[in-house]
Amino acid sequence: MSKLKNIFLTLIFSVSVLTTSYSAEKPPPFLETKWTFKGLFGKFDRASLQRGYQVYTEVCASCHSMKYLTYRNLAEKGGPEFSEAEAKAIAASFEVTDGPDSTGEMFVRPAKLSDKFVMPYANEQEAKAANGGAYPPDMSVLVKARKGGADYIYSLLLGYSEPPEGVELDDGVYYNKYMYGNKIKMPAPLSDDLIEYTDGTKATAEQMSKDVTNFLMWSAEPHLEQRHKTGFRVIAYLIILTVLVYFTMKKIWSRVEPKV
Amino acid sequence: MSDHEYTPSSKFGKWFNDRLPLLTLANHLTDYPTPKNLNYWWTFGGILTFCLITQIVTGLVLAMHYIAHADMAFSSVEHIMRDVNYGWLLRYVHANGASMFFLAVYIHIFRSLFYGSYKSPREIIWILGIIIYLLMMAAAFMGYVLPWGQMSFWGATVITNLFSAIPLVGESITTWLWGGYSVDNPTLTRFFTLHYLIPFLILGLVVLHIWALHVPGNNNPVGIDIKKPSKDTVPFHPYIVIKDAFALLMFCIVFALFVFYQPNILGHADNYIEADPLVTPAHIVPEWYLLPFYAILRSVPDKLMGVVAMLSAILILAALPWLDTSKVRSAVFRPLFRQFYWILVADVLILGYVGAMPAEGLYLLIARVATAYYFAHFLIILPVLGWKEKTTPLPLSITEPVLGGSPNFAVAKSDEKLEKTIK
Repeated sequence: MSKLKNIFLTLIFSVSVLTTSYSAEKPPPFLETKWTFKGLFGKFDRASLQRGYQVYTEVCASCHSMKYLTYRNLAEKGGPEFSEAEAKAIAASFEVTDGPDSTGEMFVRPAKLSDKFVMPYANEQEAKAANGGAYPPDMSVLVKARKGGADYIYSLLLGYSEPPEGVELDDGVYYNKYMYGNKIKMPAPLSDDLIEYTDGTKATAEQMSKDVTNFLMWSAEPHLEQRHKTGFRVIAYLIILTVLVYFTMKKIWSRVEPKV
Repeated sequence: MSDHEYTPSSKFGKWFNDRLPLLTLANHLTDYPTPKNLNYWWTFGGILTFCLITQIVTGLVLAMHYIAHADMAFSSVEHIMRDVNYGWLLRYVHANGASMFFLAVYIHIFRSLFYGSYKSPREIIWILGIIIYLLMMAAAFMGYVLPWGQMSFWGATVITNLFSAIPLVGESITTWLWGGYSVDNPTLTRFFTLHYLIPFLILGLVVLHIWALHVPGNNNPVGIDIKKPSKDTVPFHPYIVIKDAFALLMFCIVFALFVFYQPNILGHADNYIEADPLVTPAHIVPEWYLLPFYAILRSVPDKLMGVVAMLSAILILAALPWLDTSKVRSAVFRPLFRQFYWILVADVLILGYVGAMPAEGLYLLIARVATAYYFAHFLIILPVLGWKEKTTPLPLSITEPVLGGSPNFAVAKSDEKLEKTIK
């Protein structure tokens, strides 16, 4: 049997060696940071989510929409968990067009918990026109829509630098070492003390990047905490049941022969 | 097959059974004599049935919330993920369930290849299996289109464009499939309809697959014909039922790890970007389970021949019972075949790997060599091996592992015990 294994492994190994030495230049490894939502019992850092929302609404939201989020989500379990009053106040600070009313007119009213996040632009064309032809992607599921997920977004936010020699950039194009092709139309969005955190945390670029990435991870996976909690229970249940079934099987098969 | 007459004990049971012999069927299924030396590779049939039912049940509920419209499909999936009670669970089980289904079916197929389960008298079981596999691929491909993300859209565009390679009528067929001049709303709605239909076709074929299996009975690791029922067999219930249940639970643990802790690892990030006909993704790749065939498709420079090669790679399996000329079923007694078997496994894994890479340079070269080898395995190696190979001696029965070996007292003793329990 070992001879067969050798043939098998040699084949697989030689192909992997051949191709790794061949494959093109790798992108730089992502910046490392600790995420509380990873792991078997991973949960969001509540305070970080609330700060992340502040970064989003004060910085990102001027260009990026989050069209799948509703204001009520901000008060829901497993999210930033603002109090209902806080979420209502947040919603009320935005205006939405509703209608038609009984006279057939559209009207503007403050947003309610049941309203979707207000979008910065009326449509994609307006968004493009305002951003030099580039469409700022909707951020609702952005973390899941990028290879590398949260690590990628976090690194990208901090990955701006002067272009290396020999790289020419057009007007309105910036250099970012984590961006695909290294060219990005979004200027570095975060810098130290750009905003003032309501909870008094010092708003360094790293802190804001981490907070907003946490917030984006939650917006992409709003049920992550429930998923981890349910998952642990399901797997624990399955393991116990498997052990019980294993011994039952042993017992039943002992009538036929000693080993199954 | 146990052909003894079955009479229900109750009067009503007898009355009913005379009109519709459901109880006879149930009795057949519980008593069904199964070789007692089946190993864990044989538990994947049951696991696959579980996978099919899981897909149908979760799919049914998802379909209650999903909207098959190009403008609404993507957001309806987000609605399921966010607002439907346990919608995230349903969708992640369904999406990862497809991957687990294919994982199980590949193990099931390669088990058959190793132990020669496709050989006479089980050719029909095998061919039904190939048809089920083809339908699975169609269902999975169309299911992947439904969320209407970038990979959905561009995957659909690439695959449906393959039909345009057919001479003369190709273009018309592609337009007919699309229901227009590109992949668009009509394509989405028909894919949804077909994606809903195919699992039930598979279910019907699975019934035939099992029916055909119950005529000659299971093959076994030794690969020899055994008398049924005899001391070489055990009744399906409880022996095989409990063993299948144990294996299924282990499988479910792996399944759950994916669903609860890495639900998106088998998918592609681009599919969380809504479909945009004006933006082509950098690399269009199918789901992992279709990669070996994608590699074969791209290894042929001519489009039509590429499609022919890809289809042949699957259809050649249907001819396998006649391509493999060896009279010995199990690889256990075929030392040379065993080596070629593992080379084939490696070859398919390599094809899968290069299928995920860009089709250029060294990757393309490896894909070409691996494709050539794949066909050589079935068309040259297997037929020749059947004539040339010197197989090792077969045992007379599965309780006596080697011909002329000393009788195994432990087994003989437990057989007495078994006979007692059967009585």
